[in-house]
Amino acid sequence: MTVPLSEVGTRADAVELQGITIAFPVAHEKTYEAVGETNLSVRDREFVAIVGPTGCGKSTLLNATAGLLKPARGQIKIFGKTHTGINGHAGYLFQQDSLMPWKTSLDNVAIGLEVAGTPRREALERARTWLGKVGLSAFCDRYPHMLSGGQRKRVGLAQVLIRDPKIILMDEPFGPLDAQTRLIMGDLLLDLWTADRKAVMFVTHDLDEAIGLADRVVIMSAGPSSRIIGDYTIPLTRPRNMADIKSEPQFHEVHREIWNALKEEVLKGYRQAEKA
Amino acid sequence: MMNRGLLLLLQILVAVVVLVAWHVASTTTLIGDPKTISFFFAEPLAVGNRIIDWFADGSIWYHLGITLTEAALAFIIGSLGGVIVGFWFARKPLLAAVFDPYVKAANALPRVVLAPIFALWLGLGIWSKVALGVTLVFFIVFFNVYQGVKEVSPAVLSNARMLGMNGRQLLRHVYMPSALSWMFSSLHTSVGFAVVGAVVGEYLGSAAGLGYLIHEAESVFDVTGVFAGMFVLTFFVILVDWLVTLVENRLLVWRPKSAASF
Repeated sequence: MTVPLSEVGTRADAVELQGITIAFPVAHEKTYEAVGETNLSVRDREFVAIVGPTGCGKSTLLNATAGLLKPARGQIKIFGKTHTGINGHAGYLFQQDSLMPWKTSLDNVAIGLEVAGTPRREALERARTWLGKVGLSAFCDRYPHMLSGGQRKRVGLAQVLIRDPKIILMDEPFGPLDAQTRLIMGDLLLDLWTADRKAVMFVTHDLDEAIGLADRVVIMSAGPSSRIIGDYTIPLTRPRNMADIKSEPQFHEVHREIWNALKEEVLKGYRQAEKA
Repeated sequence: MMNRGLLLLLQILVAVVVLVAWHVASTTTLIGDPKTISFFFAEPLAVGNRIIDWFADGSIWYHLGITLTEAALAFIIGSLGGVIVGFWFARKPLLAAVFDPYVKAANALPRVVLAPIFALWLGLGIWSKVALGVTLVFFIVFFNVYQGVKEVSPAVLSNARMLGMNGRQLLRHVYMPSALSWMFSSLHTSVGFAVVGAVVGEYLGSAAGLGYLIHEAESVFDVTGVFAGMFVLTFFVILVDWLVTLVENRLLVWRPKSAASF
């Protein structure tokens, strides 16, 4: 299932979604088509943000890429190879709290290595280093409930990155955090990603965040059967700073352009929600 | 929060007031005929003397030991059974669906009515009491473990799978801790029921144990003996409960402390 990277052609995209349709059973015999005929490709080392109105199936798309969901139609290629089952190349940072509450920060970070067969002592050593990278050296022995929301996200980030995944999936990871913490987490993510670039699919409803972080921003239409309706390259130079970047004129230009396209879909999304 | 010392003082005061009222009512003519009252309610000093006698001549240890053994066996066997069956049912939905009405029916049955059957099957020794305790403990543990496995947070589960866990590793790192945490959180209830099973079983027919002691005293209208037995039983249960709290605090360090501190 897991393809060694050396065998992977450099030209192959990290993720290639071809004609993906995802449907959920709702009532008997009926299904709700969340995502319809969607195509999306993410190059290796590229940071793609996915923006769209609430309930447009952004998370569904990530879950399919992760292998947690099976699309009804279409295929998913990971580094050029058709993929089914859990995607071993991907690390996934969830929106909800997903740390194991019965393990300390250190054990939570180390577990990904341990289950892959790394000796415990070495796994703990590397977990300690990773907790240092996310600024939590002093919190190794804390259980998740003793940490703040932002600290739990940092542990989650370390937990995902320690396994060195080639693809990182993020589902509104900073959604539950307050505005200041989000900026700080954004900068932390940019630092870590710049140091070791991976393909990233970052779902968010926050357009500022999407533009600040990503190389490319794609927009999804309001559901049902949502698809990708816009694909914008972000011309802002790196390294970036999440707070400063908002004062650059170029940021506003891009923001205006994308928002014009997005606004209509957001309103459509509201109307859908009212009908339902 | 109230001052700890003051709180303790007030708590002791309640006991003192009750004991004094009891003493006055059973030894003076203030409320009624002390002979009648002490026949029905005994006298606190006599109860105290009886308890001291029991401990002084050491006879009580034998009965306490029997009751403790029965409760411990009931707890261990009932918990093991509950964990195994709870896990099994939670992982095999078809099995759970088929047995669901029977499990509910078995749990609905008041367990006391089983005591005579167990006495018939297993005799008047400790095993009929252990069996009664097991039927009580089993269901508490079973339901909690079943719930614990079923209610693992989907996000935690998805995350664990994305971190590369296979079925066995999920069982060890996710399902097991979740189920055990539910089981431990019902530890007070299940240990309490193990004791109930033992004492009720003894009460209904045995030759040793605290339940037997109380029953014997009652059958000769020795109210002092009944009260003495009840007090010893109460202290015994409080002691066991305190030990359970110690174990629980050790095992559930990762749990957020709840606001209520009972």
